Amino acid sequence: MLLNQFLLLAAVLFCIGVYGVLVRRNGMLVLMSIEIILNAVNINLVAFGALTDNVGGEVFALFAIAVAAAEVGIGLAIVLLMYRNRRSIDLSEADLLKG
Amino acid sequence: MSAVFAAVSTDAPIFVAQNVFFAVVALLMVGSALKVVTTSNVVHAALWLVLVLAGAAAQFILLGSEFVAVTQVLVYIGAVVVLFLFGVMLTRASMGDDESVAGEKRSMAAVVAGLLLAVMSVALIDSFSDDRVVIDQPQLVTTVADSIFSQYIVPFEAISVLLLAALIGAIVVARRD
Repeated sequence: MLLNQFLLLAAVLFCIGVYGVLVRRNGMLVLMSIEIILNAVNINLVAFGALTDNVGGEVFALFAIAVAAAEVGIGLAIVLLMYRNRRSIDLSEADLLKG
Repeated sequence: MSAVFAAVSTDAPIFVAQNVFFAVVALLMVGSALKVVTTSNVVHAALWLVLVLAGAAAQFILLGSEFVAVTQVLVYIGAVVVLFLFGVMLTRASMGDDESVAGEKRSMAAVVAGLLLAVMSVALIDSFSDDRVVIDQPQLVTTVADSIFSQYIVPFEAISVLLLAALIGAIVVARRD
């Protein structure tokens, strides 16, 4: 198998995730797009680990999975808090820090 | 130089079954990811996300990383998606649909993502077009475990503290009082 087929798949998924983050206004859907981005990065890590026959790629993919789980927990808590305070999770309404 | 590459490319075996499996799973993943970012129903988006995550687990199997694949299924499909569905349940009344994005913003985002993809594709094809992944045996779980608890013990402990902090932080942020 070519290394590039995995890297290009990860690049396509990464760009789809970036598109989702830019387009979506619902906080939940933005978090889902971020999950797609993190998964694309994990595919890259494991592919390079397999290329060099080095276990470090897998280990850091596992660390990235753990960090993603923590990120979803905090992100959902923030979205929930926003919903409780404003009755809406539309991110375009969250402009308190806008200049 | 080109003779070396030609020798490498003719000597390397071509694994047809693995490539077909890769292509099927990759198409499934890209299609599902597009549905995640375009569908207007939040619950449907979460269910399409399950397909993307399962496809990533299949790619990890293909790369011989069985432990990462199992962890992907346990943590992502088992925990993260359930967390998303709970979040949708708790905030559903606010906006079930997400149709209201302006067409102008949507096309700008498509241009940005397309340019990013073009740059990354050119860089990847330029840099790695001769590299081949040869999996003769899967990466053993014992190897991964040994390496986590010897060479990578410091990042492992840092991740432990991070998870604890995230747990406490999520409780503090979401507490009702």
